[in-house]
Amino acid sequence: MAAELAKAAAGATSRRDGRDPTVVELFRGFLWLGLTGFGGVLPLARRMIVEQRRWLTATEFADLLAVCQFLPGGNILNLAAALGARFRGARGSVAALAGLLALPAVIVIALGVCYQAWEGNTEVRGAVLGLAAVATGLLAATSAKIIRALPRRWAPLTVAAVCCAAVAVLHCPLLVVLPIMVAVSLLLNRKASR
Amino acid sequence: MISLLTRLAGVFSQLSVLSFGGGNAILPELQRQVVGVNSWATPDQFHTLFGLSQAAPGPNLMIVTLVGWHVAGLLGALVATLAMIGPSALLAVVATRLWHGLRERPWQQRVQAALTPVSAGLVAAGALFAVRTSAATTTGTVIVVAATALALTRRFHPLALLGTGAACGLLVTVI
Repeated sequence: MAAELAKAAAGATSRRDGRDPTVVELFRGFLWLGLTGFGGVLPLARRMIVEQRRWLTATEFADLLAVCQFLPGGNILNLAAALGARFRGARGSVAALAGLLALPAVIVIALGVCYQAWEGNTEVRGAVLGLAAVATGLLAATSAKIIRALPRRWAPLTVAAVCCAAVAVLHCPLLVVLPIMVAVSLLLNRKASR
Repeated sequence: MISLLTRLAGVFSQLSVLSFGGGNAILPELQRQVVGVNSWATPDQFHTLFGLSQAAPGPNLMIVTLVGWHVAGLLGALVATLAMIGPSALLAVVATRLWHGLRERPWQQRVQAALTPVSAGLVAAGALFAVRTSAATTTGTVIVVAATALALTRRFHPLALLGTGAACGLLVTVI
């Protein structure tokens, strides 16, 4: 009995329903994600795609995510595009992306419109200053967490510091900083591993 | 208008293929383009757009939509968003078709290990810009420090922190 239960539980994440989502289901699924995802949509995406709707197995999800994280672009946006295309081609891709972006875009523009309308109001300006200060604090905390998670070796820490200085102090364009620093980072890692 | 939209499309499609590390890693380049190169916003305006975009749900690229709207209205928002999402999404669709078992390839792990510190540096630069702008006022400095500390030590919902920050900012103007 216990073995059967364990098997059923494992089946929930290791096997799919067998039915591919339609264009409408893709749109709806990502619409919900776009609205509920706050400061990190990814854990929610995994729960929806693997556990609730079972569009992908846990392994399929991990494989897809590995490619999406590796490429430029927001992880979740890449994932929506790739997942949509996998099941329903170009239309699926557009549906998933449109679902993911529709409500956040409406909300963000509504915030912009409201701010513009009451910009002259001292209280509104104060509130938005407070809001931006918290957003800054959240970004600083995210940055601290990313730096803390770097390997404690001189090579990655130096690359991160030089990269930060080149952009924040010297105002170098990303088009210049990115290729150079990735190349330097690769070389340093190769030397370290020898 | 057409030339403005073309310019928006150019800036954001370039940013799209350079956006390794996602939304937070492109903030400094976004600021350089919007405030510096194209003079579409002052540093304070950019900072406000950043704050507002963080109050919206969804992927952390929504600042792009807001910048597009600020520069050229609804059409600008549409063009900026499509230009930012399009190229990287197309790349993702093609790459996920071609690459199977990417996780197990040693070269992928090497490149990923090289990319991580670069995007860490970029996010830190973005945070520095934002801190510099917010810390121009005493209220801003206090809120930034408190929010950073709370975000690092407690697990509050971001909206709860953002709402509290807005309320504090408002209260200070009333007192």
